[in-house]
Amino acid sequence: MLKITDLVKRYGSGDPVLKNLDLTIEGESVVSIIGSSGAGKSTLLRCINRLVEPTSGSIELNGTELTKLRGGNLRAARRKIGMVFQGFNLVDRLTVMENVQSGRLGYISTWAAIMRRYPKEDIRRAYELMERVGIAQYANTRADQLSGGERQRVGVVRALMQDPEILLADEPTASLDPKTSEQIMGLLRDLAGELKLPVLINIHNVTEAKEYTDRIVGMRYGRIIFDDKPASLDQEAMDSIYSGSPHADRSEDLKAAS
Amino acid sequence: MTSISEQFGREDWSRFSSKQKWQRFAIFAVCALAIAWSISSIEVVWAWVWDAPSQMGDLFERMYPPDATNLATILRVLWETVNIATFATAFAVLMSLPVAYLAAQNTTPNRATLWLGRLILVTSRSVNTIIWALLFVAIFGPGVVAGIIAIMFRSIGFIGKLLGEAIEEIDKRPVEALEATGASRFKVIAYAIVPQVMPTFWAVAILRWDINLRESTVLGLVGAGGIGIILQGAIDTFNWPEAATVLLAILVLVILGEVVSAFLRRRIL
Repeated sequence: MLKITDLVKRYGSGDPVLKNLDLTIEGESVVSIIGSSGAGKSTLLRCINRLVEPTSGSIELNGTELTKLRGGNLRAARRKIGMVFQGFNLVDRLTVMENVQSGRLGYISTWAAIMRRYPKEDIRRAYELMERVGIAQYANTRADQLSGGERQRVGVVRALMQDPEILLADEPTASLDPKTSEQIMGLLRDLAGELKLPVLINIHNVTEAKEYTDRIVGMRYGRIIFDDKPASLDQEAMDSIYSGSPHADRSEDLKAAS
Repeated sequence: MTSISEQFGREDWSRFSSKQKWQRFAIFAVCALAIAWSISSIEVVWAWVWDAPSQMGDLFERMYPPDATNLATILRVLWETVNIATFATAFAVLMSLPVAYLAAQNTTPNRATLWLGRLILVTSRSVNTIIWALLFVAIFGPGVVAGIIAIMFRSIGFIGKLLGEAIEEIDKRPVEALEATGASRFKVIAYAIVPQVMPTFWAVAILRWDINLRESTVLGLVGAGGIGIILQGAIDTFNWPEAATVLLAILVLVILGEVVSAFLRRRIL
């Protein structure tokens, strides 16, 4: 269970990007976060695995408080949080197998990592997952030889190799064509069910969010203003999530404050 | 109804305003004056300059035909020159890795190490190989060791600087992804940074070997080993035919070095 309480993130001295945000993800549900650019979706996701340092508040994953962790404890916690990126973030010059095994880096010794001597069970697991998503034939291919959809599958397998307790996906389909995009969304939904894994997906495509996820969280400028089943997302809710501009929203805040 | 040409009725356009034109002309005039002044101040003996073609012809006459009696010795020392360049490059490559790591903003542990790395690079690069050689001949005595270390010291700055810049220019996204998996700093470097700088690493190492080959041919002039010693000896004793042989040998070596490095570049990159 992921429990976010009163989370604030402020860059420099400006307006906070996340404003006292509360969110709880239970069980193995697939949750999508929608909202216009600049709403803070990406920051929220990155606060969870501390790629972005939260300013204040609490993030608890299965009983572990994440915001206070340092050094080795932080790395141990990160192993349990898989992440899939918009730009895939693969190491282009390494093979698919090396990219996939890099999800295990937190678990194996430095020597094994450098010599590419991966444990047998890791290799078996990698082949299973690659088979599952349909990229097993590329094990020895360099990552930059693959198409976008295949690259994102490598990204997904790398995250799953971590044996995570939660999967974060930061606009995983935004760089893909519509067809591939749906395949990846379907894959994330199915894998969540198979592996009993909660998945948190930032997404711009509302149609896909409705179709592939169990719950939709709507963000607007640092706040959650919608949180319900996809069926409840009506035109009115859509308008409130996507209307306005950051500037207008800030001036409203100022007016409210004065 | 006005036409576009009436509305925006302008047919004059110039890249620079008249004030800018004057400024540019003034800068040009100042540069020309500076060049004229510097030429007049270096006291060129023009007689020697006009004399040059006949002197050159004279020198060639004395050099021809090249004397190959010492060819065996020349080739042996030439091989020594190649070894100086190769060993020095190999050591320099190894030693420049940690320096590049320190001097790159995105890998260096803190401000102090960044400045330490930059200090090493600047020190190494601002001193010419010949000056390093003079220094190390004084320390190690004349011979190949001084030559190797001199070339190494100069190369660390060159390789470290280019490698450090390559590290700064990598795609940061894989680094972020591997940090998110909970990998240690060292493993992130080994998996996300090293593969990205490998092509630059090989290109720079080969280029530096190519440069070092040339530099090691002049080291002998200050007693730091290599073919330069024989060249110096031949010139000092007015043995121009042998000097010609040495110069030809160096030319062939440099061309061979060029061929080898072009081949390596094609094979590795």
